[in-house]
Order: sequence, then C-alpha cells, then structure tokens
Amino acid sequence: MKVHEYQAKTLLAKAGLPVPKGEVAFKASEARSIAERFGGRVVVKAQIHAGGRGKGGGIQVVDGADAAERTAEKMLGMNLVTAQTDSTGQVVRQLLVEEAVEIAAEYYLGIVIDRGSARPVVMASSAGGMEIEQVAADTPELICKQVIDTPHGLFDFQARSLAYEIGLSGAVAGQAAKVMVASLRLFVDIDASLLEINPLIVTKSGDLLILDAKISLDDNALYRHMDLAALRDVSEEDALEVEASKYDLNYIRLDGNIGCMVNGAGLAMATMDILKLAGGNPANFLDVGGGASADQIRNAFRIVLADTNVKAVLINIFGGILRCDVLAAGVIDAVKEFGVDIPVVIRMEGTNVEDGRSALRGSGLNFTTVVTMDEAASAVVALAADSK
Amino acid sequence: MAVLIDEQTRLVVQGLTGREGTFHAQAAAQYGTSVVAGVTPGKGGTTHQGWPVFDTVREAVAVTDANTSVIFVPPAAAADAIIEAADAGIKVVVCITEGIPVADMVTVLGKIRGTTTRLVGPNCPGILSAGKGKVGIIPGHIAQEGRVGIVSKSGTLTYEAMHQLTMRGLGQTTCVGIGGDPLIGTTFVDTLRLFESDAATEAVVLIGEIGGTAEEEAASYIKEGFSKPVIGFIAGQTAPPGRRMGHAGAIVAGGKGTADEKMAALKDAGVVVVRSPAEIGQAVAAALGVA
Repeated sequence: MKVHEYQAKTLLAKAGLPVPKGEVAFKASEARSIAERFGGRVVVKAQIHAGGRGKGGGIQVVDGADAAERTAEKMLGMNLVTAQTDSTGQVVRQLLVEEAVEIAAEYYLGIVIDRGSARPVVMASSAGGMEIEQVAADTPELICKQVIDTPHGLFDFQARSLAYEIGLSGAVAGQAAKVMVASLRLFVDIDASLLEINPLIVTKSGDLLILDAKISLDDNALYRHMDLAALRDVSEEDALEVEASKYDLNYIRLDGNIGCMVNGAGLAMATMDILKLAGGNPANFLDVGGGASADQIRNAFRIVLADTNVKAVLINIFGGILRCDVLAAGVIDAVKEFGVDIPVVIRMEGTNVEDGRSALRGSGLNFTTVVTMDEAASAVVALAADSK
Repeated sequence: MAVLIDEQTRLVVQGLTGREGTFHAQAAAQYGTSVVAGVTPGKGGTTHQGWPVFDTVREAVAVTDANTSVIFVPPAAAADAIIEAADAGIKVVVCITEGIPVADMVTVLGKIRGTTTRLVGPNCPGILSAGKGKVGIIPGHIAQEGRVGIVSKSGTLTYEAMHQLTMRGLGQTTCVGIGGDPLIGTTFVDTLRLFESDAATEAVVLIGEIGGTAEEEAASYIKEGFSKPVIGFIAGQTAPPGRRMGHAGAIVAGGKGTADEKMAALKDAGVVVVRSPAEIGQAVAAALGVA
C-alpha cells in the first residue's frame, strides 16, 4: 500500500527525523492560511501516488500567501500527468504546503528487503534527486549498500560508513548516520516494503533535511497496523480494482479490449501473454484464486464486464481445487443475471471438466467452448475484432 | 525415485482441524501419503477424522515419527508454525499459507538458515511425487508416474504442465511448487540440485514469472553444467511495470525482473524457452526425443 508524501513525512517526523515545516491543504484557502503562518517562500506540492510530479507541474515554489492560494487553486482538481501515471493522469485532491529551503547538496537514502539475502538493505548515494533506477543502470558504483542483520538493526558504524562513502563528513555525516538508523527502525516498526528519502539534502545553513519521501507498506502486515491501514486513499486507486479487492479478487485494469478471468496468478499472467501472442490485447489481469466459490465467480464476471472497453471475454480455468462444474455454474448464473451481449470464450481443463462442459452446453447460452489455450486465444481475439 | 516426498514420508498436518487442513489431509491420504498426525494448539489429545491431534509439533514427532509437515494455518500464525516445525526437527516443511508478512519471512529464513530443515513455500501449492505421495494442494488425479521433474512459482501453471505431460504419457517424477512470494525457502537452484541427483528425472520443466532474479540464478546454475534438458516458461511477458501481478513477488520494479531478461538468461544457458504455456508438453517430448 502506498501512502502520500505528507503522510510519509508525518511518520518520519514522529520517528524523530528532520522534515521541513509543512501542512496538508485540501482547499486553496487552507493553502493560503498555511503560507500566511509560515511567511515568505513556500513550496506547494501536489499529493498523488505517483512520482515525477515536478516535471508535470505538480511542485511549485511561490512567494507569499496570495501566490500560494492562486497556485493551489490551479493545482487542486487538475489531472496531473507524470512519467509514472497513465496518459489521463491522476486527479490532485490535496496539497502539501512546506516552508521553502535552500539546497546545498542532495543525497539518496533507500531501504528495501533484499530477496537474495532475505534481509533489509540500506542504500545510500551521492546521486540524490535523480531516479535511483537510472543511477543503478548508469553509475552503479554511486550506490553504497549495507545488508542488515536483523534483529540488531543498523549498527552505528555501518551507518557512519555509508555516510562517509557518499561523501559526507564532520557533523553532517553524524546527522546522516542518525537519520539512517532511525529510518531503518521506522521501516521495521511499520512493516514497510519501501522507504525512500530522495533527496535527503544538506541545507545552505548546513543542516540535514528530508525534502521528499516515499513509503510503501506491506499489505500482508496491515492487519497489525490498523492506524496505518487507515492511511489508504482509495481515490488514488482504480475503482474496479477497489471493488474487486472487496471479494478477495486480484484484478488489475489494463488498456486492452479482451476481458480475462483466470484462476491462479501465474496462469492469469500467462493468459495475458498468449493473448498478446495471438494479436490481442487484454483488458485486465484477474486471478479468482485457487478455491473460488460460485459467488466469487459471479462477482469476478461482473467486474470484468464493468470495464466498457471489453469487447469479448476469455475465461481460462485449470480446475484443481476449483472444480470446473462450480466454475460453469457461476458463469451461467452471471450470464443469466447480467444479460451479457458480448462473446464469451471458455477454456477449462482439470477436475470435473466433463460435468462443466456439459453444463455449459446444456445452458442454452451462447458460449464458445474450446479445449486448448491456443485455440482460446485465437478464438477470442477474432471475436473481439468482429464485435467492434 | 523422486525428490523431497516419497514412500518414507510421514506427514504431520499443522492446522489439520481447519477446513483446508482437513480437506487436503484426506486428499493426501487418498493419494497414498502416510498422514500420521495433526497439530492444532488447544486440541491436543483429541482425534480428527481418525488422526491423532497434538498441541505441539514436538509431541507429534515424538509419538508418530513424523518427518514432514504441511502448514494450513492463517498468515498471522504461519511464521511461528514454520519455526515450530523446524525446532521439532522436521526435515521438510511445506507452507501453503498465502499472505505472510515479509518481515516474518525475514525472521523465519534467518532462523532456519544453517539447520537441516528445508522449507518449501510459502504461498505455494506444495509437492507431489507421482505415484508416491503428495503434500499440499496439487490435485493427484492429473499426475502420472513418469520421467519429468517440474519446479514452478505458480500453482495452476504447474497443473497445466502436469496435465500436458500426463496426456503425452511422459508423466512426472516430482512436482515442486516453490511459491510466488518474494522470500521463499526453496529456490529454483535448490530444486534443480535435487533433480540433478535423481536418476528417475530425465528432464525438468521450470516455470518462472516476473520479479526478482531467481530465474537468472537458475540459468547460471544450469550453465555451470546441469546435465538434463530443461524446458522453461516465464509468465508475465506482457505485465505492466510497477504492478504486483497477484503474487506478492511478481512485480517488475525499476525495470528489473522482466520476463525478457529471464528468458534471455535461460536461453543463454541452453534452456528451451517456450513463449506459450500450451507448448510445454510438446517441447518436453521433443527434448526427450519422443515427439
């Protein structure tokens, strides 16, 4: 789960880390009063769950309360398009108004769980303010790492080493080491999957400050952090994805026109792959899970159809625990209930497949049933093209 | 022969008295696995479907000589269940549970590192050795004793591959679902090592997916001199970057973990990489010279 920058900074501030003075504004008038209280230059930052906001016009430095209000007026409600959003962008619903600071130098600090060593790893770099993926690709030598031996956390000497390695010295290096130790402690405490401070800056007055921060939380651990779960902003997520999550369905909306309903994440990905191979374009990823009930199948079908781009549906099920007859019953119910007027191609295999196929045949409904995945893909691609 | 599970397997089911535990214990027993006990804290001393239930894994091992465990407990209790099984000296622990917090798996893997316990999973369908036994949720009726080992991050794609091999009369030795989480106990490389020394396994099907570098590591291991033909498929060739595709580990992050990189690494190691999962059976047949 992603959280907004202002929420991440609140968590960091609570953990004793240095963040700029700032407050969140939901209305232009609130931006004005924050700027009035701070006095002087402020930064108005659009709060959306995507990076690259600066280039898209979502971060503006302004002088005084009038300018802050005018800028806030423009930003709130705008569709902010960045390199990380789709082409329609993301609606800006809240702003972070911060005291402007003078930057002397920029650094990077990031914490993730390393899959290979199965341990947290703290990364630091002198290449602050840039996309770290780009730095990793172009100049990997600029990224310094310490793998953490939990539960000891980051030892002070490891943190100091990182600070020296990225070129800090003196009192600031000591401050940076403290920031690293406290960041890792926070990362562990909140079950984060990513904590990124980029840039971590040294101000002209020589202090260390967290200018931007990104935190993602481990969805699987949210049950033990109800306070953090409340930070979820569903308006940042696709409405159909939110709807699907209510029924424990893994649904991801894509930009094609063939709706997919599959059991198992691997098979669901593979189904998208074979559709592309056959010249088609999937409208979604959907894993109904290994043991879906007829009711889940019904809801899954409803959600797939709710995407108006969908011109044909492919159902691809390998019945293991989920029996083909249960699947067929769920699909028949859904089609009868929703009155589907687009082609539906069904490929199923595995447990009780003959019962499932005969139920589909006996339903009197217009399904295209096929035996292999390749047949399924070419059939549904052709039908989707015809029904345009 | 087979790997990990065979006629010597004596299975204890952690979470036997739950719905999933009961259903899959019965299916395992029907398939011929020696299910010897269940563990449900608080229900020790009772019996469930004829099996003795114990409060702790340690007691279950002491009384029934269990050497393998399968875990069907909720995510919040699963990490503890794995460590308990390892602490009781269980040799193979198969964790089916999906949704274990990553931090818990950091603890688990730290705890079992250097012990003789092998963890398979979590978030996996388990292991089936054709004709010998099954531990987990892989349907037994699609298996057939045969010549091919399967190692896979995905459950239903494992079933697809098994089905195709059965239809072609090639059958399977052992099918190992290693799971789709970012942190898992047994990797592709671990499983390939087991298949290398299993005389009955003549070829291996490796089914990977986007995210992480486990497939690339498998490719390096194969390149070093794995002696049997490997047929590979990578799911998620068309997955959008930055999105978690159902499995917690299946994500292309920062341009890393793409299907293209994995397919290229496997091809470079001499693996026959198919672009569609429908081609797996045919490719195995060709590799074994029976197409």
